[in-house]
Amino acid sequence: MNQLLKQAISTLIRMVLLLVGVSMVTFLLVISSPIDPIDAYVGAESNVSQEQRDNIAEYWGLNNPPVERYFTWLSNLIKGDMGTSISYQKPVTEILGSRFLASLTLMAVAWLLSGIFGFLLGVMSGAMQGSIFDKCVKALCFVLSSTPTFWIGLLFLMLFSVVLGWFPIGLSVPIGKLSSEVTLLERVHHLILPAFTLSITGISGIALHTRQKIIDVLKMDYVLFAKARGESKWTLIRRHGLRNIAIPAITLQFASISELFGGSVLAENVFSYPGLGSAASAAGLKGDVPLLLGIALCSVLFVFAGNLIANLLYGILNPQIREGGKLG
Amino acid sequence: MSTANILDVRNLSVSFLMYGRGLEQKELNVISDLSVAVKEGEILAVAGSSGSGKSLLANAILGILPSNARVKGEMLYCGKKLDSKQQQRLRGKEIALVPQSVGYLDPLMKVGQQVIGADGCREKQEAVFKKYGLADFVKKLYPFQLSGGMARRVLVSTAVIGDAKLIIADEPTPGLSKEIAQTAMGHFRSLADEGCAVMLITHDLDLALAYADRIAVFYAGTTVEIAAAKDFRAGVDALRHPYTKALWRAMPHNGFQPIEGSQPYAGDLPKGCLFAPRCPQRTEACEEKPSMRPLRGGEVCCSNAT
Ligand code: SF4
Repeated sequence: MNQLLKQAISTLIRMVLLLVGVSMVTFLLVISSPIDPIDAYVGAESNVSQEQRDNIAEYWGLNNPPVERYFTWLSNLIKGDMGTSISYQKPVTEILGSRFLASLTLMAVAWLLSGIFGFLLGVMSGAMQGSIFDKCVKALCFVLSSTPTFWIGLLFLMLFSVVLGWFPIGLSVPIGKLSSEVTLLERVHHLILPAFTLSITGISGIALHTRQKIIDVLKMDYVLFAKARGESKWTLIRRHGLRNIAIPAITLQFASISELFGGSVLAENVFSYPGLGSAASAAGLKGDVPLLLGIALCSVLFVFAGNLIANLLYGILNPQIREGGKLG
Repeated sequence: MSTANILDVRNLSVSFLMYGRGLEQKELNVISDLSVAVKEGEILAVAGSSGSGKSLLANAILGILPSNARVKGEMLYCGKKLDSKQQQRLRGKEIALVPQSVGYLDPLMKVGQQVIGADGCREKQEAVFKKYGLADFVKKLYPFQLSGGMARRVLVSTAVIGDAKLIIADEPTPGLSKEIAQTAMGHFRSLADEGCAVMLITHDLDLALAYADRIAVFYAGTTVEIAAAKDFRAGVDALRHPYTKALWRAMPHNGFQPIEGSQPYAGDLPKGCLFAPRCPQRTEACEEKPSMRPLRGGEVCCSNAT
């Protein structure tokens, strides 16, 4: 119990340090970017007087020294106030709340898709190592993993939305409809293409990894012995293969959340999907410090949670860790 | 000889194709021209130094060699040809392997489930556990939780649950304390007494002599002599092959004389007799490959043995 408590505390400390570090770096990067938030806000060619600009800068606290600005933000954060977004003119918490949910749905669907398909493809091609099927899967995975997400997204858009017209071109709901009128079916319809795009790059990583694991497992002594006991190839894979690759596969699946988050920024932009990812790029382009910091924190927490779950599950699933030492 | 041969291996050769430098292909003869038979109710020990390809003999009999292996020769099981189809049908049932260690058990599967295997049943597993004095809770353990003694009994259980007629035990006692090793060997002895044929593959000649009926001496991938265990006890003159005699002299209580030289490498075997480079009785006749012949109730693979 004591051990557990210690672990929990050290995890917590690591998380806080990570949050502080990421927020500092994000802050530094934004204030040193050449984008002037006031220009971005009022538009470069509008005829706002210098006096008005100064007022805005004063109002946003842009004239204070950076260190002071950072600590003001930090102390407000501790009080639960994440500030107000410059570009949306809304409290950051409100934007995060609505956008996070949209991103979460997108990522969850993509995550499941890539996990399931990647795992199946990997198991099959690993079991049939050297076959034509295996070679095709491998080639496909290499092509996919070296193709940028946004490019696949554009291709999908062109093919399925523009040429075939099966899916909408963007957004998460039909244009010009009140959110209360949007049906679940319509939401799903808007979700499919971006989710699929996002899952594509994940699939190849998971498939290749699973394939390698299956190949390794099939070389183990216990597989040879199972064979000696008359188990056929697919029985072997079902009884011993899946069991022994499940732990690394699940760990990888949760650890892949970080990549997923990176991919979602690109996919959301291509599909104009109103999630965290598109908000992040909008905030970046407008020098919107509070929003960008909020998103950064959000993503850190998200990725941290993914890795934490991966570690915890590893301990729970592995009997050698779970049940400890020898008996008898 | 009254009892029937359960397994009869005739002129078995196993080789691997290796790629040498460039496109040059090399054939690695791990087992060459090996002949050996096991009868029901006996323990036949295949004894030879470690790393001489003995384990591959077990894999060849079971038909679980890697796919780049080439097998020549003939194997008969109960008088019928043992081809790959038969091997597939019989392994794990009539022909069972008892592996070296718990490393051959799935680390993530509970022991009981593994003993049951793909097509056993719980009642049988419970009966076998009772037979070997394994408590009921053992079935819920994972392999890494087993003690050395439990592990041996669990491994034997995997063979016994399928009512095997031929049991192949591959180095069943490495790293075990003397008592546990003896109990383990005792299990094989009683299996043989119940009518099984047991092939014991080991590097421990002492242990083999204590429990086996006959010893097949394995050298450089083949059997050089098959002798009754009592021949070893009778003394060096009852033995036939120069290598066996040298082994006898190397045993601690017989003078501990080491054998000079080392076994030839599988990719570079001598042309004639495989033991010739180390043999004190070598003559010109030894440049011809000798073949197994009966001699004084045993068999020997040497042109000059009398
Ligand atoms: S055949 Fe010749 S070289 Fe070989 S063991 Fe016999 S005597 Fe020695």
